[in-house]
Amino acid sequence: QGKFTLLRDTRTDGSFLVHHFLSFYLRAGCKVCFVALLQSFSHYSIVAQKLGVSLAAAKERGQLVFLEGLKSCLDLLFGEEEQPGQPSPLQFLSCDLRALFDFVRVSLSAAAGDSWKGPVLLVDDLSVLLSLGAAPVAVLDFIHYCRVCVCCQLKGNVVVLVHSNEDSEDEENELLVNSLCHHSDLILWAEGLATGFCKDVHGQIKIIKRLSLRQAEPDVVQIYQYKIQDRNVTFFARGLSAAVL
Amino acid sequence: LVFTEEDKYGLYSNLLFKHFLAEGVVCGHELFVASAKEHPDNILKELPAPLLDDSYRKELGDEAAAVKAEDFQDSMKIAWRYQNLPKMETSPTTYTKFGHYYDVSKKMSPELCQSVKLHSFYLHEELPFEPKMKTWNMNSGYARLLQSIQRIISQEGFDGSDAQKKQRTVLRIGVQSLGSVLWGDDVCCSDAPEGAQSLTKFLYVLRGLLRKSLSACIITVPAHLIQNKAIMERVTNLSDMVVGLESFIGSERETNPLYKDYHGLVHVHQIPRLNSLICDVSDTKDLAFRLKRKQFTIERLHLPPDLSDTVSRASKQDLAGSAKLLSSGCGAMAIGKKHLDF
Repeated sequence: QGKFTLLRDTRTDGSFLVHHFLSFYLRAGCKVCFVALLQSFSHYSIVAQKLGVSLAAAKERGQLVFLEGLKSCLDLLFGEEEQPGQPSPLQFLSCDLRALFDFVRVSLSAAAGDSWKGPVLLVDDLSVLLSLGAAPVAVLDFIHYCRVCVCCQLKGNVVVLVHSNEDSEDEENELLVNSLCHHSDLILWAEGLATGFCKDVHGQIKIIKRLSLRQAEPDVVQIYQYKIQDRNVTFFARGLSAAVL
Repeated sequence: LVFTEEDKYGLYSNLLFKHFLAEGVVCGHELFVASAKEHPDNILKELPAPLLDDSYRKELGDEAAAVKAEDFQDSMKIAWRYQNLPKMETSPTTYTKFGHYYDVSKKMSPELCQSVKLHSFYLHEELPFEPKMKTWNMNSGYARLLQSIQRIISQEGFDGSDAQKKQRTVLRIGVQSLGSVLWGDDVCCSDAPEGAQSLTKFLYVLRGLLRKSLSACIITVPAHLIQNKAIMERVTNLSDMVVGLESFIGSERETNPLYKDYHGLVHVHQIPRLNSLICDVSDTKDLAFRLKRKQFTIERLHLPPDLSDTVSRASKQDLAGSAKLLSSGCGAMAIGKKHLDF
């Protein structure tokens, strides 16, 4: 409860973690607000079906609030006059991310008759906000507000995906990622293998658990390697891939 | 959204671009061509002609038969461990039903071109009217292009808005030399461009339009001119597939004996991972292209065996350099560290 998890990927695509968390929380009966900025609803829906969860049904019962960034953006740009009193959550395109935060807050506040367990905010992915013109400080503020609202007040969890690169020249992104790393309770870092591409081992995942933000205890770090298949992901200890044994 | 990094002189990426459009014509798709450099009509006049099935298949069939006859009985004596590996096919020897082949030396006939609907957008000919959409701090050239694309999509019913449309076809969009100075974007000129976000915003909205409709798009960008690498990283994240063409013209690789058969390299930086957890990864990441008189082919890169006894220091370094190239992988799966010793 009340945890902030950071999903980070370097040299590879960490979106399988997003799919995992989405289906995990939906199956656990939590109310999920999913801010999907990079892909369309049908993409997530098809993968979730392979993992055994139906996104459309979850939306129907009100368990899932889905913000499809691509669609909202098109509506905002090409649509007719917006209805008064209902500003689009992507209004930030002209100012700051306040409208996005309001959207999150409203969708996760417990409505009457809700029987869901803790609220969860899932964001895929935060680096896109920088490409859309938000300043890194604005994005950090947004995350901070979300944490206060979701983690502290509503006792829920927040899971966010960011991309990063070694020797990256994108300073704004690196600033964002480093800052988020310091604030996270749990970091799942998917990296490509240092030795290059391999058919059987798709990458390695580093799990960094922060035991306490106040005392100076070292973080617990675990490293596994993984292989992604059509319907699930298999994890194994380093060097013990099925292809080698 | 296929994002192509142009080679230095733009020769080969133009070819790739034209092949994409020609494929659209042959398959009966509608085309939308946008450019700030050449008038789209000129581009469309120069599409390569499709190869007729019969003659080409016969040619291929002969080649394949010849090859098969030769090494049918060959069993390896020294490198016998490799006997069980499948034979490397460098070029397509069997005719597959997917896609067509094109003859670069001939132009596509005008009748074939006219058989599909063509839309074009030439930046310098567009009337400077105020766009209806909110520009959102984007370069006005990009904004107008987006508006034009959106108009075509909704008019022709590619977004499924017109239920009566019987013939569902696909819109192929090609945008040439995006990001160059001709579009009014200064991302290629300076290190800290002011309009840095125009390009990324444009790509985001384009991505939205593509996801919403039955269309596919190829963009070519003069990536070698973009100084700010941060933008390239963001753009890679926003595209589905990223391919870079590196031609050997004018570089030291032109005289490198390793590359004597090829005209350039193809770097696949990212492949689409849509609607599934995994993506379709081929066995090898090293592709090179060559332009024969009639055909533009992309093949696996073969290094010739290092047979010489007196290998000088300089060429050893070259070998190591290209071997490093071979060991680096594709971005969607993993890229190796640059300082790995071979």
